[in-house]
Amino acid sequence: MKRLNFIQSRAFFRVIAILVPLVLNVYGIAAGSTEKASTVSGSVAVVPAGEVVRGAEGGEEEEKAGDVIMHHILNNRVFAFPPFGEVKLPEIKVGGYDISITKHVVMLWVVSAILVVLFSIVGGKYKKMTARQAPGGLVNAMEALVEFIRIDVAKANIGHGYEKYLTYLLTVFFFVLLCNLLGLVPYGATATGNINVTLTLATFSFFLTQSAALKAHGIKGYLAHLTGGTHPALWVIMIPIEFIGLFTKPVALTIRLFANMTAGHIVILSLIFISFILKSYIVAVVMSVPFSIFIYLLELFVAFLQAFIFTMLSALFIGLASAHEGHDEHEAGVASH
Amino acid sequence: MEGLGLGYLGAGIGAGLAVIGAGLGIGNVAASAAEGVARQPEATADIRTTMIIAAALIEGVALFGEVICVLLALK
Repeated sequence: MKRLNFIQSRAFFRVIAILVPLVLNVYGIAAGSTEKASTVSGSVAVVPAGEVVRGAEGGEEEEKAGDVIMHHILNNRVFAFPPFGEVKLPEIKVGGYDISITKHVVMLWVVSAILVVLFSIVGGKYKKMTARQAPGGLVNAMEALVEFIRIDVAKANIGHGYEKYLTYLLTVFFFVLLCNLLGLVPYGATATGNINVTLTLATFSFFLTQSAALKAHGIKGYLAHLTGGTHPALWVIMIPIEFIGLFTKPVALTIRLFANMTAGHIVILSLIFISFILKSYIVAVVMSVPFSIFIYLLELFVAFLQAFIFTMLSALFIGLASAHEGHDEHEAGVASH
Repeated sequence: MEGLGLGYLGAGIGAGLAVIGAGLGIGNVAASAAEGVARQPEATADIRTTMIIAAALIEGVALFGEVICVLLALK
């Protein structure tokens, strides 16, 4: 038995000894360098094909790959459709401020348009339905999501008077979800992978939270909350802490959504570029393709999860701000940061 | 040149440390949630919500660290 194990382990090592040089492509460095250009333009959306392959040295090429990845992630005024060419968007400047329409702005418009069309269709069908009819197809799918947000997110976290905030929560959920999903479609760009977009969304949540707190407690109660209910001698410490605490919540919302959406794309692109950096088909087959597909599927899940978490945390903050229980609830909210 | 290289190294190590922290934290959350569900299957929905919120908050802190590392690496 021992002997068998020994033989097996030796066979294993032999396989490794064959595989490792193959993976590192010691046997045929020249293999496939001619066809690489077409592969690059096929799989990676943005660059002209030559740019990745040109660098002769490993380190130099790695930097090129990094540039390509950043180019793909960041915002710019070019909408590229690789095999067919690209659309340049106009540059608009008003009073020294650059307000030109960029890739992400276009994606935001596309998302808004899709949502308007989708929900007019669903709403129209709903109006036509009689009370005893069951919704089917698209209407049913949307109803499931809307009901999920209404009951499990809004009602569970805000409680009494959640209807006022339901419109915002539903809007932000579907908006973020569609932005995330369109980032995974070929030729699409992730608008939520832009920190300006997420900061804007978080700012809406911030103002809603503050207005909910003001409405629930009045201006006096709101200011009393800033003291944390402590002795006046501690106010020197408590007020700055509570004041900063007001702003950490929206900043956390911003960074979370932005970093999640950006990180996934960077990981997918890095996995694809490993095969170009190592110049190996075997790496492409063994590593790049399966792992990037896996991360892509993970991203699909993360798109839903992050939309849900953004909505959930917005609802939670609103609920905590408008809670009438007083300082126990409040401190729970602060302690969570 | 050497300083720049060390900066990259620092960013990489920092990202790794942030991931270790987040992994430990979320692992703890998930372990306790699984235990809670095993003991009280009827509270699954509540536990799941609490778990997701806690995991999201931990992840948020880790992502702060990651973003700082990315900024370091891009500097």
